[in-house]
Amino acid sequence: MRGRLAWRVATVTALREETATARTLVLKVPGWPGHDAGQHVDVRLTAPDGYTAVRSYSIASSGLAADAELIELTVDRVPDGEVSPYLTQIISVGDPLELRGPLGGWFVWRPTQQEPVQLVAGGSGLVPLMAMLRARADAGSQAPFRLLYSVRRPESILYAGEVDRLGDGNGLAVTYAFTRVAPPGSARPPGRLDAALVAESAWPVDTVPTCYVCGPTPFVEAAADLLIDAGHDPARIRTERFGPTGGTS
Amino acid sequence: MGIVSPGFSGRPRSSRPELPPGQYETRDFPVLSAGPTPRVRPEDWRFTITTETGERTAWDWSAFRALPTQRFTVDLHCVTRWSKFGTSWEGVSLDTLLDDVETAADFALADCYGGYTTNLPLEDLLDGKAWVAFRYDGEDLHPEHGGPARLLVPHLYLWKSAKWVRGITLSHDDQPGFWESVGYHNYGDPWREQRYWDD
Amino acid sequence: MTEPPFAEENLERREESHLDGNAAAGELRTLFAVDVTAADGQCAGCGRRAVLAEARLYTQAPGLVVRCAGCESVLLRVVTGSGRTWLDLRGLTYLQFATP
Repeated sequence: MRGRLAWRVATVTALREETATARTLVLKVPGWPGHDAGQHVDVRLTAPDGYTAVRSYSIASSGLAADAELIELTVDRVPDGEVSPYLTQIISVGDPLELRGPLGGWFVWRPTQQEPVQLVAGGSGLVPLMAMLRARADAGSQAPFRLLYSVRRPESILYAGEVDRLGDGNGLAVTYAFTRVAPPGSARPPGRLDAALVAESAWPVDTVPTCYVCGPTPFVEAAADLLIDAGHDPARIRTERFGPTGGTS
Repeated sequence: MGIVSPGFSGRPRSSRPELPPGQYETRDFPVLSAGPTPRVRPEDWRFTITTETGERTAWDWSAFRALPTQRFTVDLHCVTRWSKFGTSWEGVSLDTLLDDVETAADFALADCYGGYTTNLPLEDLLDGKAWVAFRYDGEDLHPEHGGPARLLVPHLYLWKSAKWVRGITLSHDDQPGFWESVGYHNYGDPWREQRYWDD
Repeated sequence: MTEPPFAEENLERREESHLDGNAAAGELRTLFAVDVTAADGQCAGCGRRAVLAEARLYTQAPGLVVRCAGCESVLLRVVTGSGRTWLDLRGLTYLQFATP
């Protein structure tokens, strides 16, 4: 993609509450050049006195949808955040939103990739990985995927049910790691992602997967270390770190 | 300026008459840092003043804490536009630290654990204008705010109040520090809004 | 009981608040015609080579600072203000781009 990147004005066309704290914004972006799954946008808010705040949000939509000018962002509300409360509670359908993008050429998955893919998500780190899962489905890709999704409790799961539907018999295996409250009857008690879970649910090293790890910085560092300790090649692990609380606030 | 976002106001901020131009008041104490927070144990801490002739005067933590201190309340102005009024500190005045230091130099370069540097005229460290502060708001200075000790020069933008300070080098030459060498104003007077080069 | 290092409660600790080079894509894209975050760079401090997207990004600062994930030396800095942008690349020996 050539040329310098400018701010564009998008319009909110729909809002979808994903969890008690997370919301998806469906945005119409005139002239959107398209994007790859995994890319993000920078969003800029301006107060009447000219004060601005800029934050990055991963694009949740696949980039392969019928309307090429619609993109989706999923925003999780950060306690004491400055931008996420606005995006999850105040902005309304019909409001403008300035953004620039698509950004980031590293943390992307393209349907031309055919190798096995290991996704590891911590909380709202699922968002760019969801774009990858949706792109895989939209493109009819047969690339085998596994998702390891670390989340506090069942109510925190994003895209309720869609992940399971995408996985159902379609070459995608999903494993949840509940860190605080597990569903009743779970075989595994609540706890963080650990070597045992990686060993039993991630792609074996000899399948040579490409790994994508996304979430808060400490989660990403720990999860990437677990993959490396399990024998995965660091060069095949791509990471994207969100802020300490899982968003850039 | 971008389009106004309907209903967005950002963190609470106000404009008071005592605000330097372009600033807003905050009640928080934002943590800004260009790198990982250094962790320095008092037993490892040193502060050294080096003159233009290479002469060194140094204090370890106990020697430093044996010096006379001052308690003072000042306003802070960060170049990222927030100002915080009435912050309370305890520290050792640079007048005390420089008392026995013989120098004909005009410039100072502060250097810090973690590698940060900032430069200022020696004159701006003297006559009650600067401290090495080790307590904030009644408590030991937290590492994220520059503890064990930081430079505090409240009449200039806060990037001159170097966190994790470990020394000052005096020189006839003015050497731009970390931010001064990549666009930030060499002097940094908030009242003349000297944020960037040539402002 | 010690908290697991990345339990959500610990994520408020500002000490770990660096991002990675991915989040610098927007700022750098205003300066470069290509995506720099996908470029490989060599640290002038320790010689380590890595993709810029995986470097440590500190944004809670009066400018953007990217540091080597190996030795924490500054790789690049960007400051924007008063209608100008300053870019300091002295911490990188080189950047290698794919230009198909």
